[in-house]
Amino acid sequence: MSEIIEYSEKVMDHFTNPRNVGEIENASGVGTVGNAKCGDIMRIYLDIDESAGTSPAEAIVRDVKFKTFGCGAAVATSSIATEMIMGKTVADALKLTNKAVQEALGGLPAVKIHCSLLAEEAVHAALWDYAQKKGISIEGLKPPVNDIEEREEEKTEE
Amino acid sequence: MSDVIYLDNAATTRVAPEVFEAMKPYFEEMYGNAASIYRFAGRSRKAVEEARETVADFLGAKPNEIYFTGGGSESDNWALKGIAYSLKDKGNHIITTKIEHHAILHTCEFLEKQGFEVTYLDVDENGLVDVEALKAAIRPETILVSVMFANNEIGTIEPIKEIGAITKEKGIYFHTDAVQAYGHVKIDVNELNIDLLSASGHKINGPKGVGIMYIRNGVKIGAFIHGGAQERSRRAGTHNTPGIVGFGKATELAKEKLEARKKYETELRDYLIERVLAEVPYTKLNGHRTQRLSNNSNFSFRFIEGESLLIMLDQKGICGSSGSACTSGSLDPSHVLLAIGLPHEIAHGSLRLTLSDETTKEEIDTTVEAIKFVVDRLRSMSPLYEDFLKKQKTVTDGCVPCTRQ
Repeated sequence: MSEIIEYSEKVMDHFTNPRNVGEIENASGVGTVGNAKCGDIMRIYLDIDESAGTSPAEAIVRDVKFKTFGCGAAVATSSIATEMIMGKTVADALKLTNKAVQEALGGLPAVKIHCSLLAEEAVHAALWDYAQKKGISIEGLKPPVNDIEEREEEKTEE
Repeated sequence: MSDVIYLDNAATTRVAPEVFEAMKPYFEEMYGNAASIYRFAGRSRKAVEEARETVADFLGAKPNEIYFTGGGSESDNWALKGIAYSLKDKGNHIITTKIEHHAILHTCEFLEKQGFEVTYLDVDENGLVDVEALKAAIRPETILVSVMFANNEIGTIEPIKEIGAITKEKGIYFHTDAVQAYGHVKIDVNELNIDLLSASGHKINGPKGVGIMYIRNGVKIGAFIHGGAQERSRRAGTHNTPGIVGFGKATELAKEKLEARKKYETELRDYLIERVLAEVPYTKLNGHRTQRLSNNSNFSFRFIEGESLLIMLDQKGICGSSGSACTSGSLDPSHVLLAIGLPHEIAHGSLRLTLSDETTKEEIDTTVEAIKFVVDRLRSMSPLYEDFLKKQKTVTDGCVPCTRQ
């Protein structure tokens, strides 16, 4: 009945010992994506240091935390995504892709690819929230979609 | 493997040592084809017929009403497709429920594509079929009612006797998928008016790859597997003699210890249920509290997801199963949990633990402690739990002036 899902060692490591779990009080930006109906919700908190750099894009992600409701892959992709953007500039954090998340985890089972997309979306949603709060615009930053499925459908249509 | 706490006995069970011993000679020495003429093969044939008698006796049936198959799914497929094809001139309507195993549901969907009509009955919050609704669903063209004896996920035992009385009165065939109930619950096919029944060997400490179908004499059903004269020309294929012998032995053991096992498992199951409900907040038991299989427990833990729960329990050496979408390979959580009215997000956080008569109280204690730890940990990571706590806090803060009055 069920499909056997085999996770890589890296996924298991991030699931078992997730990095940067938690909340940030008075976060610079918070992004929540996914929905409970589908069984995945990710929330990313950002603390952004604006003293670095001259433009908003050069501000630095000083701290990042996450909370995730979801399967092993959902936890692992959120965990590694926080590691991948920690200490990066806003512009670099924005460049995080689901492909990069997958590669960093040593691959994901086909049915779990959407989890890496969710991680990318969560980071973008948190950056969007930050930009909104500050009333700034960051090049390449788009408003988050309500539901991950919308973006997936767009991609299949292309 | 003593380092594993095995609580997934609804998925499969360990072959009992007595069963394995009984099977062995039919691999090694008595390998003859049960359908061959020489005396050497006669020993295999005799073993098959003895197993048939044991099964028949256990079900209150006649030996010639028992057919050996390749397993529960095959029996379910045969019952539905066999009756549908044989009675297609009489009618094209089948009644079943929303909580059947996929061996029934997917077969029904297949038959719908062939022009048959299927009514999928609702169940209540405990997973029970409404007998009156079943009665109301019967049409002149109804040819078969198929309702599972006990549900594989939530363990609820259906009102089989009441259903059998209705189908008998209406002259409609009644099939029951008894894969989870066979060997755990006393079944008398005559008392319950069952016309066809599926069961499987590996759920009762027997081997995998062997099952049975009981077909009441006189029931009009064609062959499903064609090719030979085995099983009264109704199920072709060389007899799986060791498997059939194993099924017979497993049935014999199940019969011997039926009451003792039920008593032991029920006590342990209730202990598990009571501890989990008392010690893990925001938890719900799925399925009927008492009218359920003695070895089944099924919980929903709010704010967490089932696959994560299973992996973390596995890391502690505990084997269970879940109805979450992630473990079913689809986007939707278990159809059974949705049918009993659970919202998606709560259905995702389900855990099924199914015991055996070998499960110990110490294992249950270890499991409860592990559940408490894992659920706590996953909730601490859950944005749903965070939102819930914040909402609770707002409500409590808001109520302070009221309580002071």
